[in-house]
Amino acid sequence: MGIKRQKLISNFLTYSLLIVGLVIVAVPFWYMVATSMKPQSYIFEMPPRLWPKQFTLQNYVDAITRDKFGLYFLNSVFVAVTSTLSTVLISAMMAYAFARLQFPGKNILYYVILLGMMIPPVTLLIPQFIIAKNLELVNKFSGLILVYITMNISQQTFLLRGFFESIPRELEEAALMDGAGRWTIFSRIILPLSKPGLAAVTIFTFLYCWDEFAWAQVMMTDTAKRTLPIAIALFQSQHLTRWGLVFAASIISFIPVLLVFIIFQKQFIKGISTTGIKG
Amino acid sequence: MSKLNSKTLRDSAVAYLFLLPGFILFALFIFGPLLYSLRISFFDWNVIRPERSVWIGWENYIRAFQNPILQRAILNTIAYTIITVAGQLLFGTLVAVLLNQGIHGRTFFRVAYYLPVITSWVIVSLLFEYMFSGQGGLINYLLKDVLHVTSQNIRWLADPILTFVPIDLLGIWKGVGWTAIIVLAGLQAIPDQLYEAAEVDGAGNTARFFKITLPLLRPTLVFLLVVLTIGGLNAYISNLLLTDGGNPLDQTHFILTYMYERTFTNLEFGYGAAISTMLTLFVFIYSTLQIKLLQKPAEV
Repeated sequence: MGIKRQKLISNFLTYSLLIVGLVIVAVPFWYMVATSMKPQSYIFEMPPRLWPKQFTLQNYVDAITRDKFGLYFLNSVFVAVTSTLSTVLISAMMAYAFARLQFPGKNILYYVILLGMMIPPVTLLIPQFIIAKNLELVNKFSGLILVYITMNISQQTFLLRGFFESIPRELEEAALMDGAGRWTIFSRIILPLSKPGLAAVTIFTFLYCWDEFAWAQVMMTDTAKRTLPIAIALFQSQHLTRWGLVFAASIISFIPVLLVFIIFQKQFIKGISTTGIKG
Repeated sequence: MSKLNSKTLRDSAVAYLFLLPGFILFALFIFGPLLYSLRISFFDWNVIRPERSVWIGWENYIRAFQNPILQRAILNTIAYTIITVAGQLLFGTLVAVLLNQGIHGRTFFRVAYYLPVITSWVIVSLLFEYMFSGQGGLINYLLKDVLHVTSQNIRWLADPILTFVPIDLLGIWKGVGWTAIIVLAGLQAIPDQLYEAAEVDGAGNTARFFKITLPLLRPTLVFLLVVLTIGGLNAYISNLLLTDGGNPLDQTHFILTYMYERTFTNLEFGYGAAISTMLTLFVFIYSTLQIKLLQKPAEV
């Protein structure tokens, strides 16, 4: 068997396997899209069709107009954007201190930050809830936001510290000679040079906040303050068999994530593969 | 000398100021809660009127150990963890090796395989619930009418064992993309010269994979093993939505769904805290292994 032929067969195998994998990944997604466009009477059709016999956008109209869905969407946007911006700022400040400044207790404090990455979030639910209750944060967006920031700080500080350390020190030293303060250096030199790192951190945090379920479920008993994951899960339990409606709502809530992912795909993958962070 | 000291002093002050907001949040919402959780785990905790809580020592822990539903939940969680970690490692490595063959459209495949990772657990759990419906689900149709493996519709979500088929498959399906990207980064760090040298020595594809790729990938795989195991032990949403709270007969809980139910449905905060303290302790001991791996991320 010639080398060329061997190469051809191996290529054929590689692509075939990759396409099989692609089908396994894509079919459920496509099935969700197809179902969201089926009229209710076709939801339990036999055989199930991957291409709807009859297309409708009624489920999307229903999803948007029903059960304050628009409000939940805005709640999610507000909570995710506020939490993400705060997380990025706070973690960047911490990362800068760890990357560039010398101070007593540095290693111990950094170790404490890393510890934060090892505590399973759901196990903190109970005491966090009691503390939030004592601080009168239950049913308030600030209660969600403060905890989302806290749960993301460790990972993002870790990621940004690595990023800041890769920036050459010479730039900073020149600015220090000119009498610039640390805050000026941080905000005028370090941050602008770290756009790819900041982009990765922004995406990770946004995804976390957009999808977070357990804490929002515990905290937001007021129906007007629900975020999308809670709303969609409850949607399903209220409209048990209306899968078209549930998937239309799911797809609407997935669109922002998809857009962010496609736009920042490169920074995202790079962030994951260089730091091993679980996005 | 004094100039140097004042500079160090100023740097320290700046550093503490920069760290302050983060550490306040940490103290308030992570370390405070951890200690608090430990405390209430020794109480019959009254969440509405905390002053009426009664100190009961190790009682919550003893009850947890003797509870057959929790024992079942622990077994379910361990089985889920073993199956999904193995599945993600196996398929993630396979996908990474395929993507590393210098193929066309690598970015496209990478993005496509990553879609399940970025989709929220709520959405994919509902999707799997629909696909695995007992009546008229896509999976039953495939098995019964296309492949003829079964003559009857299988009621996946009504059986305490079969329920874990969709839950475990979901865990693997959702995680392969992430695992593959980490493995791919590991593969790309292996110098080409090694493969070229092996080729000169006449080593085949299989030999190269087992003699070069796997040994050099070991640190990456160890890292993945740790992270994925912790992820498995923390599984929560898929189980909550697919079993509807441990159905049938409380046989299908995970540790965390059971803890959640006892705490927030039955308001047994002390008992729930005892369960979470034990899980935290276990994960904590387990992940101290991870620290070293985390400190040298570039080698991952």
